[in-house]
Amino acid sequence: MFYREAGDFKTSYTDDSQTFPIKFDRWRYYAVLAVAFGVIPFIIDDYWANAVLVPFLIYAIAAIGLNILTGYCGQVSLGTGGFMAVGAYACYKLMTGFPEISIVFHVIGAGFITAGVGALFGLPSLRIKGFYLAVATLAAQFFLVWLFNKVPWFYNNSASGQISAPERTVFGIAVTGPNTEAWAKYLICLCFVVVLAWVARNLTRGTIGRSWMAIRDMDIAAEIIGVNPLKAKLTAFAVSSFFIGVAGALFFSVYLGAVEVGEVFGIQKSFLILFMVIIGGLGSIFGSFAGAAFMVLMPVLLKNVLVGQLGWPTDLAAHLDFMIVGALIVIFLIAEPHGLAQLWRLAKEKLRLWPFPH
Amino acid sequence: MKTKLATLALTAVMAASPVMAELVFPSLSYRTGPYAAGGIPYADGYADYFNLLNERDGGIGGVMTKVIECETGYNTEKGVECYESTKGEGALVYNPLSTGITYQLIPKVTADGIPLYTPGYGRTSAANGKVFSNVFNFPANYWNAASLAVNHLLDINGGDIKGKKVALVYHNSAYGKEPIRTLEELAAKHGFELKAIPVDHPGQEQKSQWLQIRRDKPDYVLMWGWGVMNQVAIQEAANIRFPMENFVGVWWSGGEHDVTPAGDSSNGYKAVTFHNVGTDFPVFDEVKTHLVDAGKAAGAANNIGTALYNRGFYAAMLLAEAARKAQEIHGTPDITPAMMRDGMEALEITEARMAELGMPNFGPAFAVSCENHGGPGTGAIQQWDASAKTWSLISEFGGSDMDVIQPLIDADSEAYAAENNITPGCN
Repeated sequence: MFYREAGDFKTSYTDDSQTFPIKFDRWRYYAVLAVAFGVIPFIIDDYWANAVLVPFLIYAIAAIGLNILTGYCGQVSLGTGGFMAVGAYACYKLMTGFPEISIVFHVIGAGFITAGVGALFGLPSLRIKGFYLAVATLAAQFFLVWLFNKVPWFYNNSASGQISAPERTVFGIAVTGPNTEAWAKYLICLCFVVVLAWVARNLTRGTIGRSWMAIRDMDIAAEIIGVNPLKAKLTAFAVSSFFIGVAGALFFSVYLGAVEVGEVFGIQKSFLILFMVIIGGLGSIFGSFAGAAFMVLMPVLLKNVLVGQLGWPTDLAAHLDFMIVGALIVIFLIAEPHGLAQLWRLAKEKLRLWPFPH
Repeated sequence: MKTKLATLALTAVMAASPVMAELVFPSLSYRTGPYAAGGIPYADGYADYFNLLNERDGGIGGVMTKVIECETGYNTEKGVECYESTKGEGALVYNPLSTGITYQLIPKVTADGIPLYTPGYGRTSAANGKVFSNVFNFPANYWNAASLAVNHLLDINGGDIKGKKVALVYHNSAYGKEPIRTLEELAAKHGFELKAIPVDHPGQEQKSQWLQIRRDKPDYVLMWGWGVMNQVAIQEAANIRFPMENFVGVWWSGGEHDVTPAGDSSNGYKAVTFHNVGTDFPVFDEVKTHLVDAGKAAGAANNIGTALYNRGFYAAMLLAEAARKAQEIHGTPDITPAMMRDGMEALEITEARMAELGMPNFGPAFAVSCENHGGPGTGAIQQWDASAKTWSLISEFGGSDMDVIQPLIDADSEAYAAENNITPGCN
């Protein structure tokens, strides 16, 4: 009944190859955007922005970034936390070095710097694959965290080694710093997410995305049909790192405001984002959002239910939270190895036939 | 029908307005994770003092207190979530027991007008109240601790430590890096050689650091550790047979749980402290009658009298006194966070008051002012007796070298003021 092509006639190739070819889906997408831009900014409060929506949006960008590398190009990376740190520190240096330039450009600049660093650490991928590459990117993770701890230039020689975001504005409205309104924080992240998700979606279904997928599916075959592995792998590293760098920059400047590299961008962050990608679904933009939502919302929800509603001790709730989230991950991976994105695809198939499945 | 509507309206009003005024003290605690060993006793002490006030005196100035616990796991992201979720409940003051979360909250609390209390941790230069209007770190801070540790080394060497080698084993984070600048200044002043050795979070793996210490053979080792890092360091020091009496930790490396895992070999380990140790105070009898025997003590009630429990207890006592002061200044029992801030800035703790509270000589007598949010910066050295399993003070509460520390505080707070466009001043 829903999600049906029937009656939705396409008269041009452009129409035929649009992202949401089914009318219902397209309207659903517009409706989500309309709510996100037109309703939520007016009702959002500090708690929803800082504890739920802003981290969700930022993690979604990071998950899309890692999904490009791991899901689309098949290169396993455990250096996500380190690359986010590059984004955060690049953003900090740009913010304090060029205060007259808009923060938007600083965030994008941080993305480009991270892209360069990512491409550099992607070089070993030309020679090594799979687990070995994972270990090589793990080296990037530890090296980058060590670097930002070791060299005082990166944190402007502050006594504590912390970086903190000064107040910056977009169109005269503060988006970083303590005086930021909840809606401003949310909207700036939302704008980045929408634009970057659109870019990612279009990159992954174009020439470059197809070359990534060819490399993922079988690199030797891809090489034989004329895909340049050097170009494909390095662009995947660069684009992926760009997204992760932007996520790191927003994470530092908009969300947290003050960051300590070892604690915030440690190896746990790399694993967290890898889990998001795996639970959400490898090789799916929607999956990145679903995975980020799952990993961000679940602990907050559990905490609010267990401590807020049931009044359990906080430590018991924290332990249960680990157990429940962990169990859910295992259950998901057994029941649906292709992640939440696959569940969504199945749901769409079912809805298409509903209510007459035969 | 009319009565029904009236009842409905009444219930709506009752639901909308707070049922009864309470003084809310959120406790951003951590009872899980690698830092829980220190987080649990501190959170218990903090909660117990406020519960004691409720049970014994009916709150502060007739208003009940309420401690809302929120688990942060020493994680900054969860810290943000906890701050935002408790902010709306009328939180009077935050005490997050994490330097990382403190750094994050300093601008936020200033914008929201809520005071932040960081005794013995956080940003040291917050002692300058002209710049950090809402942040308080009395009665002592990291730089005082660094100076107190060096003073102790001077004491045991007859005032001369020229040419001695001192290693600093520190948690590689904002917390561990805080004392380095002061120690460098002190090294230049007293002519000792300082070597800083970082340990990465969480600090369970320190073989290479202690190998380096074994090779360099420093005369003294100072430690800025927290959580599981402390236990591992003390065990490793025992393994390389480093003399424990030459090993001095900061107050966060001076809990019972830090030294007991190493057993007898931790005998003689020293730590700096800014408050008294043990259970030998009348107030703990009241804790026993009102809380433990009534089954109302926080946690498992097995931490009473431990170093970290006492610290949480002491922090809560100072805040309760500040709340009392705020009630007095503003003449209302229902104080707001802004009034609480005024109370903290006008806080005066005397020997007589501490004795009245059943905590004679528990901490220093001091007064807070707008210029000085950092208190007197006094402290003593405690030493571990492994056979008796107790800490005992081996020095008097002494002052720290403010000639070195004050210029550093001024410089760092001025840099912060310049970065954030704050005009320093008292109003």
